[in-house]
Amino acid sequence: MDCHLDIFFLEALLNGLLLAGLLALLALGLNLVFGVIDVVWICYAELVMVGMYGVHYAYKGGLPFIVAAALGIVLVAVAAGLLHVLVIRPVLETAPINQLLVTGGVLFFLQAAATMAFGVEFKNIGISLGSLNVLDMSFSRARILSFVVALVGMLALWLFLTRTYMGTAIRAIAQDRQIMPLMGVDSRRIYLVTSAIGGGLAGLAAGLMVLNYDIYPQIGLQFGPLIFMICVLGGLGSMIGGFVAAFVISQFIAVGSSCFHTEWGYAVAFLFFMIAIFFRPQGLFGAKS
Amino acid sequence: MLELSNVNAGYGAFQALFGLSMRVEAGEAVAVIGANGAGKTTLLRVISGLVPARGGEMTMEGRDLRLTPAHRIVEAGIAHVPESRRLFPRLSVEDNLRMGAFVPAARAKFAERLEYVYALFPRLKERRQQLAGTMSGGEQQMCAIGRALMSGPKLVLLDEPSMGLAPVIVAQVFDLVKRIRSEGYTVLIVEQNVAQVLKVADRAYLLEVGRIKASGRAGDLAASDEIRKAYMGL
Amino acid sequence: MSAPRLSPAALAGLLAVALLPWAVRLFLGDSEKYYLHLLIQILLWSFIYTGWSLMGRFGLTSLGHGAFSGIGAYVTVLLWNFAGVSPWLGIPVAVVAATIVGVLVGYPCFRLRIAGHYFALMTLALTEFVRLCIVGLRDYTGGSLGTQPKRYGDGLSLYAMQFEPDRMLSFYVAFALWLFGLYVWRHVDRSMDRYALDAASQDEDAAASVGIDVTREKLKITALSAAMCALGGAVFGQYQMYIGPDTIAGLGTSLNIVFAVVAGGMWAMLGPTVGAVFTQLLSEGLRVVIQSSGILKSVLGSAALALDSAIYGLLLVLFIIYMPKGIVGTLLERRRQARPARVARAETPPA
Repeated sequence: MDCHLDIFFLEALLNGLLLAGLLALLALGLNLVFGVIDVVWICYAELVMVGMYGVHYAYKGGLPFIVAAALGIVLVAVAAGLLHVLVIRPVLETAPINQLLVTGGVLFFLQAAATMAFGVEFKNIGISLGSLNVLDMSFSRARILSFVVALVGMLALWLFLTRTYMGTAIRAIAQDRQIMPLMGVDSRRIYLVTSAIGGGLAGLAAGLMVLNYDIYPQIGLQFGPLIFMICVLGGLGSMIGGFVAAFVISQFIAVGSSCFHTEWGYAVAFLFFMIAIFFRPQGLFGAKS
Repeated sequence: MLELSNVNAGYGAFQALFGLSMRVEAGEAVAVIGANGAGKTTLLRVISGLVPARGGEMTMEGRDLRLTPAHRIVEAGIAHVPESRRLFPRLSVEDNLRMGAFVPAARAKFAERLEYVYALFPRLKERRQQLAGTMSGGEQQMCAIGRALMSGPKLVLLDEPSMGLAPVIVAQVFDLVKRIRSEGYTVLIVEQNVAQVLKVADRAYLLEVGRIKASGRAGDLAASDEIRKAYMGL
Repeated sequence: MSAPRLSPAALAGLLAVALLPWAVRLFLGDSEKYYLHLLIQILLWSFIYTGWSLMGRFGLTSLGHGAFSGIGAYVTVLLWNFAGVSPWLGIPVAVVAATIVGVLVGYPCFRLRIAGHYFALMTLALTEFVRLCIVGLRDYTGGSLGTQPKRYGDGLSLYAMQFEPDRMLSFYVAFALWLFGLYVWRHVDRSMDRYALDAASQDEDAAASVGIDVTREKLKITALSAAMCALGGAVFGQYQMYIGPDTIAGLGTSLNIVFAVVAGGMWAMLGPTVGAVFTQLLSEGLRVVIQSSGILKSVLGSAALALDSAIYGLLLVLFIIYMPKGIVGTLLERRRQARPARVARAETPPA
């Protein structure tokens, strides 16, 4: 396809913007966990995949979609809590890279477990919200809904982090873990809560993902690397950075995909990412160390 | 109020405290003096549970501190102002104070105590929205003490409050210590600035390589030739 | 450099490995092809793992080696399929290409001191970029379905470097490669670079202050490591006669490399090899056991196909939690702990 500065190009830009909301929400959970616990969950996208299956089957089992989506949030929050207690906590004091690798084992496990439980077929939840036509442009309603919910989710997290004791403690523990007991804070509990919130955000994203994409066990590999890239580009741990990076990256994908093949949109985004990091290794909004 | 008897402690194979016994009565200001590496900081860390005691007994108003997990010690009425202040540098002053009131019992009285701390240190009120890490050393020390008071403690542990501060500021910090004393808090203070601290304290313990070498009224210790020579450079 | 001197035990070990295919032929004649295939896989992956460990042992945990093996395999095959360039020329070109990519990504990383998580994620992006390029060039690469090198004659050719039908020959190709990998490891292990890199991995500032050019040292080892993985990937493609973005490139390959090495141990020469033996036997063993078990099959149905990966993933988690030094590392440590005790006992004067 050719690239012209016309209405289709504008449509691509706006679709990129809508995609960015979802990507930013996905990046948010990972960013929170990394910023606070200093652990990278390589299996983060697989947690989202688990949530997608959860929402899918809850809905197919007869629950209203909104209830199914809420269940998805709880499911992934619990899964993330278990991940922290069973897998991360035992290696928390060892070399950081072990923490990254150990979640890589979980990635393989979750993929295989999903294959065993749900098969390799692509599954579609079968909800069509149709599309919205403005001028000659067409936007999927599911995507618009995702964008709005993602913004609301991010706002809710921001309020939680700045307005509550638990949220303040989550921000504080990222800055000085050793003295937390002097504040009467049990660090283990804060880490567990942080993990569960990170999982909850992944679960929220999962509920939106099922409206936009088919589910299959390997879906995590499709968008997992993208989420890591957004987090690093924004500055790991910086939530505003992750937000901005999501917008930058999604524009590359949307415009690249509309002009060329989808893979090239992604490939260009990754190339841009690598080059950008060479100029700003701490990320767009990361604190300079 | 606070009573330690025969406490041992250390890190790994290294033992820092040997059979240490001491007590702090309600309303007192007690100083612990000694050279670098004598175990002063370790002593405070043992009391607030950051370093586990390896033997002996330790009680606060009859409550066994050795059976209390570190994050529960605050609830026993002990607040620790750690060495080099350790504020959360990228949190605002008010959020730092909020962290001081994290325990459920303190949350209920947050607004009231915040007013109290701001009245005690008006400078903090001016800077309430500023990031703590961007303040001067003396202001940070105020904030660290304020944070400790937010939990409504009975006993305040102060670890080297004058460390790393300019001489003019050091005098101000000892004024701060006097003020919280006069507010009725019991104070246990560790200092290398022996001459100054003995002026604020009622009693003092001299620590040498993890053992108590001398103890008594602050005035008596300040008058002792040995201490004047070894620790006050006179 | 002096000719490598080998202890009698090492010589005997090498001889034993060299004679393995004959033992297979003698005792397992019926399924000779299958067992030789297993051995070849182990040796080829051992070589790639050894290449990864050259970097990994110095704290440079790369998730980008799937990119290097992918470049090695794809450049070689594409040159052969579309330009008729013999792998004898194609492989060197592929290795040089991978090395250049490694240096291009490595240089800024090392200059900017990108390390730990960031380095892992940077290299992960490289892997993903290369995978996307492979998929995107689907007119040449076959996209996600993969592609095959064009068979030359009956598939046995020196010119086309095709040897797959002769498993015995394939084994010795893989064996030679493996030996070469061990030689490189030993060479690095005894070089000054190793001490420089050890120092740099512990404290970069201190290393720089004693005159070590940290960036240069890291680049050297990265280039070597990338080149080895590319060579391994290329030979792997020639042996399998099939290359796909999921078998020789991509995040899955990168993670498998890291895991095998973690399981075997990255600080000892034979660690990566033991990792290859362990992971290949494990996945193969699990597959065989599960597929031959009627009960499992009837209970799980087609789901049994994924059971081995599930167990594999779980074992990796357990390995990192309970045996972070790997099999070889843990064994060596046990031996070291046992030895001083014995010495101490010997030195105690008799009463």
